[in-house]
Order: sequence, then C-alpha cells, then structure tokens
Amino acid sequence: MKVLVTVKRVIDPYVKVRVKSDGSGVETANIKMTMNPFCEIAVEQAVRMKEAGIVTEIVVVSVGVPQSQETLRTAMAMGADRGILVDAPAGVEPLAVAKLVKAIIEKEKPQLVITGKQAIDDDSNQTGQMIAALMGWPQATFISNVTVNGDSAEVTREIDGGLEKLTIKLPAVVTSDLRLNEPRYVTLPNIMKAKKKPLEVLKPEALGVDVTPRLKTLKVQEPPSRSAGVKVADVKELIAKLKNEARII
Amino acid sequence: MAVLVIAEHDGRQLKPGFTNTVTAAAKLGEVTALVVGKEGADAAQAVAKVAGVKKVLLSEAPHYEGSSAENIAALVLTIAEQYSHLLAAASSYGKNIMPRVAALLDVQQVSEISAVESTDTFVRPTYAGNAMATVQSSDRIKVITVRATAFDPAGEQAAAPIEKLAPGPDVGLSKFKGAELSKSERPELTAARIIVSGGRGMGSADNFKILEALADKLGAAVGASRAAVDSGFMPNEYQVGQTGKIVAPDLYIAVGISGAIQHLAGMKDSKVIVAINKDAEAPIFSVASYWLVDDLFKAVPELTKELSS
Ligand SMILES: Cc1cc2nc3c(=O)[nH]c(=O)nc-3n(C[C@H](O)[C@H](O)[C@H](O)COP(=O)(O)OP(=O)(O)OC[C@H]3O[C@@H](n4cnc5c(N)ncnc54)[C@H](O)[C@@H]3O)c2cc1C
Ligand SMILES: Nc1ncnc2c1ncn2[C@@H]1O[C@H](COP(=O)(O)O)[C@@H](O)[C@H]1O
Repeated sequence: MKVLVTVKRVIDPYVKVRVKSDGSGVETANIKMTMNPFCEIAVEQAVRMKEAGIVTEIVVVSVGVPQSQETLRTAMAMGADRGILVDAPAGVEPLAVAKLVKAIIEKEKPQLVITGKQAIDDDSNQTGQMIAALMGWPQATFISNVTVNGDSAEVTREIDGGLEKLTIKLPAVVTSDLRLNEPRYVTLPNIMKAKKKPLEVLKPEALGVDVTPRLKTLKVQEPPSRSAGVKVADVKELIAKLKNEARII
Repeated sequence: MAVLVIAEHDGRQLKPGFTNTVTAAAKLGEVTALVVGKEGADAAQAVAKVAGVKKVLLSEAPHYEGSSAENIAALVLTIAEQYSHLLAAASSYGKNIMPRVAALLDVQQVSEISAVESTDTFVRPTYAGNAMATVQSSDRIKVITVRATAFDPAGEQAAAPIEKLAPGPDVGLSKFKGAELSKSERPELTAARIIVSGGRGMGSADNFKILEALADKLGAAVGASRAAVDSGFMPNEYQVGQTGKIVAPDLYIAVGISGAIQHLAGMKDSKVIVAINKDAEAPIFSVASYWLVDDLFKAVPELTKELSS
C-alpha cells in the first residue's frame, strides 16, 4: 500500500523564539529551522511500515517556502521515496493545507495518510482531522500505535484520561503523538541517496486551491512575564513562604 | 448571537474544562450546550446547572461510544448553521472533533483561544506560548477551541431546560474497541488546585512514590514531564506541557524537572510555582516563585514530613 506523509518546516523546537518589535510576528531571519518533530515521527512510522513489508511507497508532501525542499530531502534521507513541494508563502492555514493535500491524495491514491498531531509553530492541531473530514475518511488522532490488517487498522490513541483503542477502515488519516516511535538519525550515505530521489514542485493554483487566509493576524505579542522569584535556603523556609507569604497551604 | 458549546463527559460526569468554556462562550452570545454520547442524561443534568447555559441538547445513540469524531462531527453539522459560534474545550476530545467540524463547514478553526476580544477577534498562544497572537476571523461561523485555564469556571444556576436532539447518522468509519483509563483517588490534573510534578530527576517509576506521598499530604494531583513519561515512570496522561496537558493550579511544585520550553508552556500560568532541583542553573528557576537547590531525594521526604508535623 502507498502512504502519504505531510511534513512541515518549522523553527527548531529548542530555539527561543522572539517576537518582532513591530508586533507583526516572530523573528525568522537567521534562525535554525527543522522538520516539525511530530512530522519526523510520522515519517519514521511510514518507513518502519515499509521495512516491515506493509508499505510499498512513501510520498512526502510539504506546503511552504522553497527551503521546505530541505525538509522533504530529510524525509527522503529517512526513507521516503518521493517528495512533493507545494510552493506557497509561509503561513498557509491548516484548512488550505488540508485542501492542497486532498488534491494530492486524489492523484496519488494512498491508503494511509500520516500527519503530525501538531505543528509546534502555530500549535493548531487541526490539519490531519481536516484532511480526514474533506476526504470523508476516518481519523485517528494522537496515536501511539498503529497496526494495519488488510483493509483496516488498529490504533491506540493518547487521550486525556489514558488510552483509547479504535479500529478504523482504510483509507484513513492518522496523526502521530510523541510516543509512536523514536525517529532515526539520518546518515550521510542516505542524505546523498536522497538527493537523487524525485522531488516535484507544484503551485497551489495547479491544484485548484485558494490559499487566501481566513484569519487576519492583528498583532503578535510576548506573553506576560512572571515576576522574579526568590531562592529559599531549605525546606523549612520554603514551607514558611508558602504559608505566610503566598498563603497557599 | 447563538453559541453552541459541546460538552465533554464520560457517560456520567462532566469534564472540568466545560465550565470554563461556557465563560468564554457567554462573552459571544446566548449559550446552548450539546451533550452527545452513548449515554448522556446524567451529564446533561450537570450541564443544565452551569451558569450561562440557556438550553441543553441531548443526543444519545450507541454510535457515540468513545471519541467517535466522525459521528459527532456529522451530528454537529445537522445543527451548525443555527449558530454563529461553535466551541469546545481544547482537550483531547475537543481537539479531535472540532477541526473535523470546521473543515466540513469550510471554516478555518481558531485553536485554543486564551482571550475573547470581540465576536470575531481572539487571542491565542503560538510557539509553545511564547508568542500571543491576536487573530480576526472572517468565516461566517466561528469554530473555536478554548484553553480552559485562561477562563474562570462558570458558577451554578437553576437548571436550564434539556431537549432531546435526534441522533445523526452512523457513518461507520471507525469502531470503538475499548479504553484504558487511569483510575486515581487524586484530583484530576486539569482541575487540581495543587499539582506535584516529577521529571527525569525522579529516576524511576518506583521513586515517584515519594512524590505521591507529598501529593497526598497536600491533596494534590500528580503530573510529569515528557522525559518522565517517555522513560515509563508515569503514564502518558500525566504529561504537562505544550503537547501534553495545560495546567494553571494555585500551586505547581516541579521536582527534578529542568524547565524546557515545552514543559514551561504547560505550567507557567500557575499562580505560585515551586521548583526543587539540584542544579542551580536549571531554567525552571526562571519561572519559579520559590526555588530550592537541593537533592530531591532529601528535600521531598523532608517536605512531606514537615507538612505532617
Ligand atoms: C515536539 C516536542 C514536544 C514536547 N512536549 C513536551 C511536553 O509537553 N512536556 C514536557 O515536559 N516536555 C516536552 N518536550 C520535551 C522537553 O523538550 C524536555 O526534553 C523535557 O521537558 C525534559 O524533561 P525533564 O525536565 O524531566 O528532564 P531533564 O531535562 O533531563 O531534567 C531533569 C532535571 O532533574 C534534575 N535532577 C536530577 N537528579 C536530581 C536530584 N536527585 N535532585 C534534584 N534534581 C535532580 C536535573 O538537574 C535536571 O534539571 C517536548 C519536546 C519536543 C521536541
Ligand atoms: N504547511 C504544511 N506543510 C506540510 N504539512 C503540514 C503543513 N501544515 C501542517 N501540516 C501537517 O499537519 C500537522 C499538524 O499541523 P497543525 O494542524 O498546523 O498543528 C503537521 O504536523 C504536519 O504534518
């Protein structure tokens, strides 16, 4: 079966982001970018399924600026077979991404789509669910396990109360949570090999999708900062502070 | 404006984020609440008594067992056009269902709002809460998830009327196979007044017992960092952070947690933060109200003991 995986290029999770002084967004110039960690997990899952002989081909898709090709190359170095970049300005919203992915799904006809559960820049947590909705397919979000059995899949979801198990019909969309797997490191020989894999670049118009934003960002601000705390010498002082100063216990 | 809030419940009890979501919804218009489930009558009774709820719609059918995003979205769609806003708490339940509803309505959802500026303008945290974006929606129906910790819980009222809503179709795409839900005598993380949270510094699942003893002394819930969950010290539902639970208790005690951006994202709105860490340079101290540089294996039992005396 064919699998399609979506990958987003984001600011590295360990970089401290800074809000621009004019309030228009966050600083992105000269900042380390990487593949969204949840997308790495999604790619890893597809590669493991290919190694297990369940999957025959992995197509990775990214929507974004031309540099997102690097993200697609990384996915191909991990083991994906082909890449498709939808060349669009940064900040295409989840609904528009889902429509673009739908158009690609209709051409590629995958049996399974794996997205990350959340992009760590916009923290939207929407795209996978939206793709499933637009396709009329089942969805399994926040998964920590998936096994394919013929034309269905058994999944385990991480939910607020614990774990939930579902059987979903294929084709379907699943979104990866942190504990689905631990992504591999890419090796130099695989990076070299990835350079030769096919990478197609498309425009949103070619897919017949209007990516005009529905949300207008009026301003972006730093969160309120916490006032400086105090160091306590020992447990006794800590308890005294909590009782007498904070009056919390 | 007419606002629909989807209530999360477990068949009997209402989940804590709902009352905060009603507070956000009441700023937008008159609130109708939707209770959907295999069984929902008890939850509907509780929902009817949440101040600000004008009417409760109750829809019960076997195909609403478990999360069933496909079926619940199909049900919401049958009534969505009667409302200007559709809201749910940004819990794993709301996050699962609402984007599906939004896409079916051709609407760009506004995720996890932390403030309501007007009927079309909202504040939401992005980049793990390091950039607060004010966004204005041009969609005809606003589909919104709500960060519960950013809104006060609504109070109580004399019960609003409950009406039956005919179930929507069973789209038959997925089947609920069961759940493993954690059972604990302690308060639920997102509703607790005090949380005692442990990180990789705890060293093992067994060592969490000393934190549990402290939690029980304080009537607190127990939380964990991602590293503690990944290491198998605690189950996934204990994770606090950008991609775990967002909490804002009166008191958050972080023990053996370094304070990575992603962890801070889930707890830095707590009223008072205490950090115990043996590393004097640990970033967690930057958000702590009180910080103690000490070995947790010494400090935690001592704290429990002192609180008992
Ligand atoms: C996409 C993504 C999402 C993430 N989401 C989350 C999330 O939701 N929640 C989350 O928590 N993390 C999340 N993380 C992980 C995060 O980046 C950190 O790796 C994690 O929070 C570290 O956990 P920790 O502080 O327990 O471990 P460490 O960073 O290893 O810190 C352990 C601390 O314990 C202290 N310590 C050790 N022994 C003792 C002792 N005996 N006494 C006192 N102190 C001691 C050490 O000094 C150290 O500060 C995410 C990461 C990514 C990339
Ligand atoms: N621009 C994009 N390009 C490719 N994939 C995306 C894009 N935006 C979102 N996704 C996918 O959808 C997931 C969830 O993103 P979001 O809904 O934005 O939180 C991500 O982990 C990606 O797998």
